[in-house]
Amino acid sequence: MEDMKQIIKDYVIKEYVEDDTELTYDSPLISGGIVDSFSMVSLKRFLENKYNISIPDDQATPEAFDSVNKICNLVNEFLK
Amino acid sequence: MAFTDKTRGMYSEIIAGLKDAGLYKQERFIHSSQAADIEVEYPEGAELKKVINICANNYLGLSSHPEVVKAAHDGLDSHGYGMSSVRFICGTQDIHRKLEQMVTEFLGTEDTILFPSCMDANAGVFEAILTKDDVMISDRLVHASIIDGIRLCSAMHDTFKHSDMAHLEEKLLLHGNKRLKVVITDGVFSMDGDTAKLDKIVELCEKYGALLFVDDSHSSGFIGKTGRGTHEHYGVMGKVDIITTTFGKGLGGASGGCVSGRKELVEMCRQKARPYLFSNTIAPPVVAGVIKVLEILSASTDRRDKLEKNTEFWRKGLIDAGFIIKDGDTPIVPVMLFNAKLAQDVSRDLYDEGIYAIGFFFPVVPQGQARIRTQISAGHEIHHLEKALEAFKKVGKKYDILGKTKQEIIEKYGM
Ligand SMILES: Cc1ncc(COP(=O)(O)O)c(C=O)c1O
Repeated sequence: MEDMKQIIKDYVIKEYVEDDTELTYDSPLISGGIVDSFSMVSLKRFLENKYNISIPDDQATPEAFDSVNKICNLVNEFLK
Repeated sequence: MAFTDKTRGMYSEIIAGLKDAGLYKQERFIHSSQAADIEVEYPEGAELKKVINICANNYLGLSSHPEVVKAAHDGLDSHGYGMSSVRFICGTQDIHRKLEQMVTEFLGTEDTILFPSCMDANAGVFEAILTKDDVMISDRLVHASIIDGIRLCSAMHDTFKHSDMAHLEEKLLLHGNKRLKVVITDGVFSMDGDTAKLDKIVELCEKYGALLFVDDSHSSGFIGKTGRGTHEHYGVMGKVDIITTTFGKGLGGASGGCVSGRKELVEMCRQKARPYLFSNTIAPPVVAGVIKVLEILSASTDRRDKLEKNTEFWRKGLIDAGFIIKDGDTPIVPVMLFNAKLAQDVSRDLYDEGIYAIGFFFPVVPQGQARIRTQISAGHEIHHLEKALEAFKKVGKKYDILGKTKQEIIEKYGM
């Protein structure tokens, strides 16, 4: 789990953070303006490829993607 | 009555919130036609003040050009005031098609379709040509009208970091399995005045089999040796599949826009683009005016050459005075102040000095990147720019920001 958190956090930083904004596992990503809701697409694709899962569009909501912790919970749903 | 006191109260609160947050927009009434010298009533009811305008998109100084005004008059006489119809019912005159052909020739494309505005062109084009099997990959700083067009389209959407070619390439690889990939960018970015690296982007599009869309609203008429746009500047004319642009900025400043590019894509817009199908045709005098604009610009590059000289003078003047400006060579020259309040104060003081320039701050630009955006025109004479520079220096001195680094300005005024 810690591993997954770190992997997702690293991806978010590499993909979205352009300055030296500090990111925690609970930082609000979408409501905090770090990830715009459009760019979620690449995050979703990354998760699907990395964990070999398929997240239906109606579950890939801005709320479910709003922090690293929430994303981990979502991914874990599909890993079960 | 459904609009109850409670509903009214709700909206009043929202509007008050905008005021508190410094996001409330107020119009300034201009009593003259658009030009370097204008007369402004601000605030409402105040005496008219003569100021030099350095915040219009009137890049070529054609908005009130006598030949353009005359052509519009003549068009009004020969073709009437309005058409009271969308294009495909009974709203297409000979001059509408003539203008489409002239734009095609000017931009070096295959065909062109007019829209009521470039906002409408951008809102309609993606939905008309793409399906859910496709992907749109857009620069993260594209104009709001493009974002709206993307929202209306069922194709998948992804973004790449502003002008970051390595990131764009990653995205092209990531979406390799899509039917169509479209890379979407502005030609000149309106807030920073930088240009998209179209030579590199074309290379990537060719390598990965992607279409290329460029919004050249802030380029058409003056970027490139003969003013055809960013595709001319980067030597890729004929390689941009879709260009959208506006007639509301450099090309006369009245209104209207278009989609220009591959003829099948233009044809798809004619069949399916909703703002084309469901909104009125461009008014005849405006069409006649834009035709004259293109005649003027095709006959001589004098105006874009003058704009280039004015821009060089202005950029050099600001740098020599000790201001921090965004790098580039376009007539959009942002003077960086970083702090929102400072940008507002400087704008107000410039106005007192007779210079009309507006401050931009979050959320229009990122937090901590507040600025005064200046825009140079071929309608400016050197004496206008000299006077504006004097005012900038005086105000810059007052706030003690001349020759200061970004760090020093932020330390003094905050982000
Ligand atoms: C890049 C860009 N595209 C499109 C538009 C919209 O053009 P129009 O005024 O013709 O709707 C603008 C103008 O604000 C713009 O800056």
